[in-house]
Amino acid sequence: MISVTRNTVAMEGNHAVAYAVKQTKPQVLSVFPITPQTTMLEKLAEYIERGELKAELIKVEGEHSALAAVYGAAISGSRVFTATSSQGLLYMGEMIYWVGGERVPIVSAVATRAIAEPWSIWDDHQDFFTKRDSSWIMMMAENVQDAYDMTIQAFKISEDKKVLLPVMVGFDGFILTHTMERLEILDDEDVERFVPPREFNLVDFSDPINVGPLAQPDDYMKFKRDAMIAMRQSEEVIERTAHEYANLSGRDQDGMIECFNCNDAEYVFLTAGAWSGDAKEAVRRMRKEGKKVGLIKLRVIRPFPEKVREVVRGVSKIVVFDREYSFGFGGILAGELKSKLYGSGIEIMSVIAGLGGKDVRPTHFQKVMNDVISGEKFQERWLND
Amino acid sequence: MTEIPENIRSKRIVREQYFFRGNAACPGCPIPKELDLMLEIMGKKTVLVVPASCSTVIMGDIHGSPSTVPVIHSAFAAAPAIASGVSRQIKLKGEDAKVVVWAGDGATGDIGFAGLSGAAERNEDMIYICYDNEAFMNTGIQRSSLTPYGAWTTTTPAGKREFKKPLPFIMMQHKIPYVATASIAYPFDYQGKVRKAKEIQGFRYLHLLSPCPPGWRFDSSLTIEIARLAVETGIWPLFEVLNGKFSLTGISKTLLEKRKPIEEYLKLQGRFSKLDKKEIEIMQEAVDSMWEDIRKMTN
Ligand code: SF4
Repeated sequence: MISVTRNTVAMEGNHAVAYAVKQTKPQVLSVFPITPQTTMLEKLAEYIERGELKAELIKVEGEHSALAAVYGAAISGSRVFTATSSQGLLYMGEMIYWVGGERVPIVSAVATRAIAEPWSIWDDHQDFFTKRDSSWIMMMAENVQDAYDMTIQAFKISEDKKVLLPVMVGFDGFILTHTMERLEILDDEDVERFVPPREFNLVDFSDPINVGPLAQPDDYMKFKRDAMIAMRQSEEVIERTAHEYANLSGRDQDGMIECFNCNDAEYVFLTAGAWSGDAKEAVRRMRKEGKKVGLIKLRVIRPFPEKVREVVRGVSKIVVFDREYSFGFGGILAGELKSKLYGSGIEIMSVIAGLGGKDVRPTHFQKVMNDVISGEKFQERWLND
Repeated sequence: MTEIPENIRSKRIVREQYFFRGNAACPGCPIPKELDLMLEIMGKKTVLVVPASCSTVIMGDIHGSPSTVPVIHSAFAAAPAIASGVSRQIKLKGEDAKVVVWAGDGATGDIGFAGLSGAAERNEDMIYICYDNEAFMNTGIQRSSLTPYGAWTTTTPAGKREFKKPLPFIMMQHKIPYVATASIAYPFDYQGKVRKAKEIQGFRYLHLLSPCPPGWRFDSSLTIEIARLAVETGIWPLFEVLNGKFSLTGISKTLLEKRKPIEEYLKLQGRFSKLDKKEIEIMQEAVDSMWEDIRKMTN
């Protein structure tokens, strides 16, 4: 950690998230090592060892148990945190749904990474997107600063009485986890004021209940409907939390989506995650050439931002960059955007790129958009070159 | 019959109930009684963690539970880890409460085994009780790794060809502070072991043989009889291992030399009805050889 000014440091993404976790003071953590999340786990273990974070770290035998352990602690009253990646997220899969269904406030970081086979330790978003129907709120960071900021906000959002849903913070494996960037950190007291100690406990000896019991069909449907409503309400909470965080940090913070040069744009990229930075660079360059290009960056994947509908007024073509794929269907974000904008008349084109860590640069974004501006139409294009 | 002294009678008969009747267990199922006896010792500041099993149903649905303590339902393989989380939380808050995992043999010996072994290796502060009905009963009598050799199940229609996974012995190898076996036919022995487990810190493992009338194919009036015969024939030795020290308990102490032939136990159960002489011999030999091992451990 190199201190530049009082609150500006340089940190790799994993350490930035670990630092945010330390500042929010969870009492129970449980993490199993997996690349590229591991250095975060190591950092957390170090904080606890040195007494900087007073918490129990449960060193479980696998990710299924990692989430189960923090679930047990969360139900009985602790603020908790876990983290994983790729195969680990899949292995956690059953508990992901369990926790989402029970609507327990839990925050998990996901260092996004490709899924085997074939083995790949590199980044894409395939792991993250498999969990989009599990009633977790899913946020996605663009850079190390975002990963830090979002982690702190995630606790507040998750524990909001109108929400009470677990939150996943996705950040690109290696690209963000292991890259050192400039980071502005908050003071511990500010974080504590922003995310005060949590009140949530389902284990009450004077009024014992069954947590997560059998539900008859009517009850089951009611549960799911409540989760749907909570998910809808969370949009407003996410926006509000971002706004409050902006006041606290003195930095601009967007809520559900960030619009970059899209007010007067005719052609727009839609992205989520770290490569949004490359897309921004492409927009900057193309703007210099006088092209009316913009970017919509999704900060939140679930709930899928309703706001998208508002911000695309006046846009004629959207090029969606997907770093994951639904086989037999298409790029997932592209598909979701199409269904959200059904009937709007906006042309939506899908680009699949960067799978398994394949390099994507601003020039790739530029090239695709130049083709689109010069009239090319396509349903789906895979960037293999 | 000897007179029961008044003070004992009142203690045993007029007692508070911890697990209520009118639950969804089958007639003759020992689980509600086993829970009741356990909770009587553990007290109301106990959190039960229950992975998928017959007990999930027995514990009741959203509208009510026969349990007087908080219950956390768990996915099959998650119970030891969930209990670890609850236990750490209790430790942090300095609360005077206990965590008990109440799990069937499938969750314990099969799908949840990694989690069980992990929690034991970490010596998490909890009591893990496996009520062993020797098959996946809740889904309709499919074999588990704890189904005994020769037993009919719907997935071993000709009788199981493999031996029962020796789970209490495997747990012993984890060097945890306490391991014990018990049987519903010997409630004082069972409650004594729960009491002992309650006083100890760290990971405690209790394994209860839990006869299941529909799954084992016997009349629901015979549950206790069968549970007793399992002990008397030596198929289910009652023992405990306290800080590494192995000792037989109760009637099992007298069985090192001579036990009833296992046939007496087998013949009451439809699941063993197709066994031939040779198979019964194989089973008897396995029991005898287990007792040889036990003899070495008691020395
Ligand atoms: S199937 Fe067996 S173990 Fe399950 S409730 Fe019925 S008797 Fe009890």
